[in-house]
Amino acid sequence: MHERDGHYNQTLYNGRSDYDHQGETMRYIRPLSIEDAVGELAKAVGPAAILAGGSDLLVRMKGGFIEPELIVDIKAIGGLADIAETADGFRIGAAVPCAVLGENKALKQAWPGVVEAANLIGSKQVQGRCTITGNLCNASPAADSVPALVAAAAQAVVAGPSGKRTIAVETVPTGPGRTSLAKGEMIEAILLDKRPEHAGDAYLRFIPRTEMDIAVVSAGVNLTLDEKGAIKTARVALGAAAPTVLLVEEAGQVLIGSKLDEETLERLAKICSGACRPIDDKRGTIEFRRKVAGVLAQRAATTAYKRAGGK
Amino acid sequence: MAGIAVSTTINGDAVEYLCQPDETLLDVLRDRLGLTGAKEGCGTGDCGACSVIVDGRLVCSCLVLGAEAEGRKVETIEGMAHGDQLHPLQQKFLEHAALQCGICTPGFLIAAKDLLEKNPSPTEEEIRFGLAGNLCRCTGYDKIVRAVQDAAQVMKGA
Repeated sequence: MHERDGHYNQTLYNGRSDYDHQGETMRYIRPLSIEDAVGELAKAVGPAAILAGGSDLLVRMKGGFIEPELIVDIKAIGGLADIAETADGFRIGAAVPCAVLGENKALKQAWPGVVEAANLIGSKQVQGRCTITGNLCNASPAADSVPALVAAAAQAVVAGPSGKRTIAVETVPTGPGRTSLAKGEMIEAILLDKRPEHAGDAYLRFIPRTEMDIAVVSAGVNLTLDEKGAIKTARVALGAAAPTVLLVEEAGQVLIGSKLDEETLERLAKICSGACRPIDDKRGTIEFRRKVAGVLAQRAATTAYKRAGGK
Repeated sequence: MAGIAVSTTINGDAVEYLCQPDETLLDVLRDRLGLTGAKEGCGTGDCGACSVIVDGRLVCSCLVLGAEAEGRKVETIEGMAHGDQLHPLQQKFLEHAALQCGICTPGFLIAAKDLLEKNPSPTEEEIRFGLAGNLCRCTGYDKIVRAVQDAAQVMKGA
């Protein structure tokens, strides 16, 4: 041990009466099971917060936007920090940092659009902490991973006091900062299907710089093709274009049967622009967001089509 | 006032402390343990001045609770040099004058160390992307990038 380290090695700090502490009644717990976590969340009297990566929660606490009575750290719960390959596809635990998604070769190969979206969130430092479940539950309309997850038809496994249910991810956010989860409920994992042959997805966002920014508008596209390269199934989702991430079903339908010819792409852009219900703010005007939503949908569709093996 | 008892490892040494539930790892390092190398720039994960490595992952210590360090391995700037011998990155930051006011420097060094451990031969673009979570208001970044490039050469030869 180096000499300079000596002073803190023996430090067992016994608390300081002068410590300026705001949350007198705040409790931090690290349960080992989902049942314990859900039980604590259900019986919490004041505001309760779930802590996985904390990249939204701690910022909100610091800003005084939330003063939780209870913080439930879910990282010690078995399985929540793992990506499992199952017979049906992938199960991504709620505490898996986005950096780990990018390091998982099988997931990256199967769902490159989901992974590229997750890896766009924040810096290296944030990537080491942030999770797609947190991104979903933070319920920002501009959440990067959510349009890709919606396009991918991802599902969320919700655990609650009355058991578990599996729901489509697009049903989780109900408005900016609001979710459909009831008191005591938490998402324990995100499920992604196994990929058939000839499948591809992609996510693109517009930001005014090259990284470390929030989407002004974004698009996720997920396609499967038949043997001849015609689109068999398609899902298109838009981010930062409405109070919640939008699944644009009509946009998916217009792609089906096509080989992504010029005319189909034009129709796709028009439908996406029309589906937007964006806000006007300093980051982008309504007109700009509408236009760019269409362009990004076209480009994401083109990338997804190539990834699926189409030409 | 009692607190949460935490046992952790910092720069290879076993450390124990008590902290409050809403206290960040950065506050614990600085205010309770006297490890003031990590700096608080923004406190919201934007500037990277508080960067540390927890279980091999680069993180902003302002976005980690002190209580979360239980059972983890934390690496801070204080553990970067071996005694009087500077880490090659520290040496190259000095040689290239890759710092002026110095507030961002511990964070840059930790982030650059993490970068070179995972990618010993990064391109300039990879260095710039890898360090995008660290802000510097003095240098304009160019000298920092040159220092990291030079350190990478030295470390590969070592």
